[in-house]
Formats: sequence, structure tokens, C-alpha cells
Amino acid sequence: MKQFITFIKKEFAHVLRDRKTLLILFGMPVVQILIFGFALTNEVQNARIIVMDHSNDAATKQIVAKIGASQYFDVEKTVIKGKQMEAAFKKGKIKLAVIFPANFNTDLLHQNHAQVQVIADASDPNTATTLTNYISTILQDYLSDINQVANVPYRITPQIRMMYNPQLKGAPNFVPGVMALVLMLVCVMMTAVSIVKEKETGTMEILLVSPFKPLLVIVSKAIPYLLLSLINVASILALSVFVLDLPVKGSILLLFAESTLFIITCLTLGIFISVKTNSQQVAMLISLMGMLLPTILFSGFMFPIENMPIPLQVFSNVIPAKWFYIIVKTIMIKGLGFSAIWKESLILSGITLFLLIVSLKSFKIRLT
Amino acid sequence: MSEAVIKTDKLTKRFGDFVATNAISFEVQKGEVFGFLGANGAGKTTAMRMLCGLSIPSSGTATIAGFDVYGQTEKIKKSIGYMSQKFSLYEDLTVMENIRFFGGIYGLTGQQLKNKGNELITKLGLQKEVKKIVGSLPLGWKQKLSFSVAVLHNPKIVFLDEPTGGVDPVTRRQFWDLIYESVENGVTIFITTHYMDEAEYCNRISIMVDGKIEALDTPHNLKEKYKVTSMDDVFYQLARGAKRGE
Repeated sequence: MKQFITFIKKEFAHVLRDRKTLLILFGMPVVQILIFGFALTNEVQNARIIVMDHSNDAATKQIVAKIGASQYFDVEKTVIKGKQMEAAFKKGKIKLAVIFPANFNTDLLHQNHAQVQVIADASDPNTATTLTNYISTILQDYLSDINQVANVPYRITPQIRMMYNPQLKGAPNFVPGVMALVLMLVCVMMTAVSIVKEKETGTMEILLVSPFKPLLVIVSKAIPYLLLSLINVASILALSVFVLDLPVKGSILLLFAESTLFIITCLTLGIFISVKTNSQQVAMLISLMGMLLPTILFSGFMFPIENMPIPLQVFSNVIPAKWFYIIVKTIMIKGLGFSAIWKESLILSGITLFLLIVSLKSFKIRLT
Repeated sequence: MSEAVIKTDKLTKRFGDFVATNAISFEVQKGEVFGFLGANGAGKTTAMRMLCGLSIPSSGTATIAGFDVYGQTEKIKKSIGYMSQKFSLYEDLTVMENIRFFGGIYGLTGQQLKNKGNELITKLGLQKEVKKIVGSLPLGWKQKLSFSVAVLHNPKIVFLDEPTGGVDPVTRRQFWDLIYESVENGVTIFITTHYMDEAEYCNRISIMVDGKIEALDTPHNLKEKYKVTSMDDVFYQLARGAKRGE
């Protein structure tokens, strides 16, 4: 046990001495969260939209005036055909179209209910949601004005259509994505590189010749990164709660437990890479190209998996980050408990166990 | 004097069809400096790995410090020190941190470590460098430090795998002074080298060719046997016949 502690102390000395890497380790999640947080801000200003007013009556004029008065929209009033509108959307000239049907005011006054169509370019789901919300708010605002003098409340139903991405997948929940990304990077790459470094410099040989157990060598190399990663999880969560106002709706304890599970998955992945490679460059390349890229592509964080071809959808199942992303989203955003994510947790544990067995096996083979 | 600390009998290691080490038998006495020579690819490293308990032999027997290489590798590891051809301390740790770490994993505790560490530093004259990062020391000092760390836990046998590669002659000489000092304390040295002048420093040497030990005797006797004046020529005569290249 004493030897074990000596070893872990030494690992910490390595990590803490390398100031540049340390800065990257702790700086990266902060920078990523801030960049994602503020680059993907929900505030949209001066979005170009068109209003097609087929009714052109008192009510629509007032609503259009309200829309035009808001700082969010840059309104162009025209009447164009469907195909032209689609072309304008495709070229990115407009973000949104509001279409009033003929007899809007008549419907509203006589049936107390009118409809308005709102079409948004949902290829950028954040902007689309935000803009349609603004429009809905403005309609509500108008209604509350006229309902003050009405006997029977008036209603306007906006018919919202999200073009190109109706389910709004890949929406603003980037915090779970950044978490998966950062943990993947820290654990897989750092562990792999630090173990391979020992092989490269020949110190691994010394360690294997010493009475220190080979398995413990691996374990004690992984422990500092486990701790560092937990600190990263904490800092990401703190940032998202205090800076980005994204609360953790579910249990923090559960979130940390699941994060630990994912960290262990990543560590075993790092160990696996280190067992299979002999140079730091190769280990780094494999971790970056072989692990980070699939994480970004197939975790569902940036690109909706549902829209991918079937083979890629199947492939995405072996990416641990996908499951972790679902787990974190479920806990953080939906606020659900373990019963909602036990399947994902089980899959993640399975992947970890598999990697662990495979890497231990190849580690033993290398020894004899 | 005649107490064998390394004993092997027909020790063999096969990798598939390839016989890396072919039935080697020899004994090394306590306090001896045993040179283990051979061209690249002759099977030295494989043999050494088996003796250090890193690799299980395919057949044959061997005991190191009285422990069996099949079942008692843990005990073997405690009784030996090892220094490899690659420089093998942590370059990003300080001199003292390296001493503490390597002493620590061999089970030395606080007070022992302190005493041993200070003793070692005084001996090497590294007092001013204690807090320096090892990477900033000149290679010669690193090698000496590396050797001293390898004997920190008082091993019975020290395995040195081409320890003086790339070191200048003066430092090599000093390095050998360290080796002899340990021998005086009863340590047995098992060393591989490509420098024939170093081979002359050994009490006895063995020369491996194609996985077999072709010659084993004192440098003096070997030179007489092959009727040459230098170890270089002895080695050349034997290694010339090797079928395995690099």
C-alpha cells in the first residue's frame, strides 16, 4: 500500500510539474464552455424575416407593426410565391416567414379564432426556436391588448413549421457534449500518452523489474487522471450553473457517479491504446483521430444521429460518449433519476468491462 | 567464495519456431563481475529478461539468488537491481524525487530512504543538484545516478544492460569504479556491453552467438584459447560465424 501511494505521488509530480499541460487540462473545459455558451447564445437580433399579409386588415397591420418594432426582427413586407420563399430560405436570405391568411381579422372577430403560419429555417435549431418563440410572444402580446375589451377571449394559433430539421435535434444542450468531449480528451489521451511515455523512456522496464505489480503500475497511472477529470466535471457544472444559468435538474450525486463511470471507461480506453502502441506520437494520434473525432461525430452532440444512414447509426452504438451524452442530458436537462438511464449505464459498464479485459489480456501477453 | 547466485541449466526461450535462447547453462558466483556478450540479436536481451523474471522460459531451469524463475519471480524482483541501456530515471522529476520514488517502490520507508538518499548524494557529490530536474544533468551523471538508484535497495545481483552506451571514456571509467565499489560490498554484477575494453574489466565473460553460449571463461583465458591479443579479436572470431544478422 505504501508503495502504491509512493507511486501515485510520483504520478502527481509528473502531472503538476508540466505546467503547460496542466493549463490545457483545466483551461480547456472553461474555454469550451464559455465559447459554446456564448457563441450558441439564444439571443438573436435583427433577423431578416418576411411577412406575407394576404389579409392586410387592421389586426394584421398592428401585429406586423409590433413585429417590426421589436429589435429582433428586420421585417420585409412582400407577397411571394412558395418557390421563391423556399429559394430565399435556401440562400439564407431569410430566417423566418410569417404568413397571414386572407380574412384574418374577420376570422378573429367572428369566430374569435384566427390562424397564422410561421415557417422557420430550422437547420440552425437554436435560432429557429428562439425566433418562433419571439413571434409567439408578440402574438400573445397583441392578444392581451385586444382581450382587455372583449367578452369572449380571442385566440390566434400560430402554425409553426420548422423547415429542414423538424425535431430540432442537436439543440442547445451542449454542456453534456462538452463534458463528454473534455473527459474523452483528458482521460484517453493523457493516460495513453503517460503510459507510453514510460515505455519510450525505458522506465517501464525498470518498473516491471521492480517488485511493484504490473497491474498496480497501470492503476496508479490512471488514478491522477481520474481525480483531475472529476475536478473538470465539477468546474464544467459550476460554469454551466453559475455562468450560463443552466441548472442541473436531476441529482448531482448521480451525475457524478455516472461521470466516474464514463471516466473509467475513458481510462480503460487510454490503457488499451497504450498497451497497443509504443510511441507517444502514435498514442496521441490514435486518441485524437480514433477517439475524439468519432466522439464529436457520433455522440449526437453536434450532429443528430437519427438523420444518419443506418450503418452509421449502428456504429454510433459503440461510441461510449454517445451513451454518456444521453445519460447527462437525461439527468441535467430532463431531471430524471437512475430508472431512466439504467440501460445506458449498463451499456457503458459493458463497454468498460470489455475494454478492461482486452487490455489486461494484451498487457499480460506483452509481459511473457 | 564459491556460492552461485545465478544458476541456469539448458535455459531456453522459443517464440514460435524461433529459438531466441537455446539451452544456455552457466553459473555466476557471488561477488563476480560477469560480462554477457554477444552481437545484436544473439539472444542476450531475451536471456536477461528471463533471469529478471520478466519472461517465463520455455524450458530448462534457472535460479536467481536461490529463487526459481518459474514460480518465484516476485522474490527474484526483490533481490535484483536493474539498469537498462536506455537511460531510465524520470527526467521531469528532481534527483531526490527519483531516489524517493525508486526506493519507495522497493519498499524502503521514510528514515531508511532519507539516510540512503543522503548517503548516495554525498557519494556522488550531487549536493547542489538535489533539487534539480534530472533532465538537466549531464548524461554521465545521470548514468551514475541511475546505477546508484538501482543498488539503493541492496540487491544481491545487479543486471546492467549496456549501461555505458554513449558515455565518454572518463565517465565510463568512473562508472566502473562505482561497479567495483558495489562488488566489494558483496554485490554480483551481470553486465552486457558492446565495449571490448569493458569486457576486460569483467572477471569472466560469456559470448553468445545465435542463441547459444559459444565461449565462457576469464578474458585472459579466452585470449589464450583463441590465440589473439585482444578481446576484440576473440569476439570477432566468434561472432563472425553468426547466422542471425541484426
